[in-house]
Amino acid sequence: MNSQIRAALRNALRTGLILLVFSLIGTAILAFTHDRTEPTIARSQQAEKFALISQVLPAALYDNDLLASQQSAPPDVLLGTRKPSAIWIARRGGAVSGVVLEAVAPDGYSGDIALLVGIDIDGNVTGVRVTAHRETPGLGDYIDRAKSAWIDQFAGKSLTAPPPKHWKVAKDGGVFDARAGATITPRAVVKAVKSALDYFARHRAALVATPEPGAQP
Amino acid sequence: MITATEFRSLFHNGLIKQNTGLVQLLGLCPLLAISNNVINALSLGLATVLVMAASSGAVSGVRHFVPNEIRIPVFVLIIAALVTVIDLAMNAFVHPLYLVLGIFIPLITTNCIVLARADAFASKNHPLHSVVDAIAMGLGLTLVLVVLGAIRELAGQGTLLSGIDLVFGEEAKQFVLHLLPGYKGFLLAILPPGAFIALGLLIAANNWNKARAEQRARAAVPVAA
Repeated sequence: MNSQIRAALRNALRTGLILLVFSLIGTAILAFTHDRTEPTIARSQQAEKFALISQVLPAALYDNDLLASQQSAPPDVLLGTRKPSAIWIARRGGAVSGVVLEAVAPDGYSGDIALLVGIDIDGNVTGVRVTAHRETPGLGDYIDRAKSAWIDQFAGKSLTAPPPKHWKVAKDGGVFDARAGATITPRAVVKAVKSALDYFARHRAALVATPEPGAQP
Repeated sequence: MITATEFRSLFHNGLIKQNTGLVQLLGLCPLLAISNNVINALSLGLATVLVMAASSGAVSGVRHFVPNEIRIPVFVLIIAALVTVIDLAMNAFVHPLYLVLGIFIPLITTNCIVLARADAFASKNHPLHSVVDAIAMGLGLTLVLVVLGAIRELAGQGTLLSGIDLVFGEEAKQFVLHLLPGYKGFLLAILPPGAFIALGLLIAANNWNKARAEQRARAAVPVAA
């Protein structure tokens, strides 16, 4: 009896040790790979983010390091955000020349539509890109720049041109065209871009006064 | 090491007789989710082949050191570690490819066919056989994925190979086939229900084909006797 229990215990211990060895080897391989790939991955992620931001802001508008200019904005109804979001501040010759806001259209056809909105210092939209959405493929997904150029029509618009009551899709009497059969999606995007402009108008003074990173206070 | 007959039988098994998508019905989650067009389907299929070959080879290599009681946790550990390593390595060293295939790599973790082949085949066979078996099984899955993707893409938006430019660059856009010009699209085919319906039809066609072959074989017996 006693020897049986001892044999079972020894077996359990042996199996446990083998499992432990496999976990250790697995962990070591993962740690090694992570260590080797981390800098490269971080670099390409930065490059990707920069590529996205630079699509909504013309290169002529800034000469600073956009990624380093990142600020955090608390959740805001106008941005549609429920978590702190990022704001990048563009400068030319040291003076603020525009911003890129992270905004969310919370009322898409299926969930949130994440946007990047570029706005110049005079309050004109310089570009908008959808960074994440779950709209119906083949129907509402034309808001994605990879699918169609629809999103380009925001460039150059501001709160005064068109006037606020025309910040709507054509079907609702506005100036933004939308495809038949999928108006909920563009309606949400139009609303979110206008709110982002409202946000900029309200916070313009504070954003312009943001000190330059690395500058002496 | 591996004879031509063995090789052929492994491939016959993977592509037709034990096809994961049509016969074993394993790994349907990614199969149904990603088969909305040909390019997505092909990308996921090839990524799965890669992961399966690597994990089956690794599992087969350590099969003598793994006690039977803990084989499943050890295999899961090996597969998870391998998938993560492939994910990280692709992200770092072949970034353009990662942008296309990257989202599919974590999805492969949800594909039980990887573990199924590790347990059912690789844990009992030589590494070389295991890798060949994994590639055959993966290609069988890829085949079903591509056919399913083609059906759904054609029925859903009237094109084939849309999105090819995401894999092969902007110039490849000319290869997109607009087979039904002016086609309004059929949303159901692109949405998940379309995947279930199309897969059901494929399985039915496969079963019908098999039943007919059996019937013919049975009918042929008395004549021969």
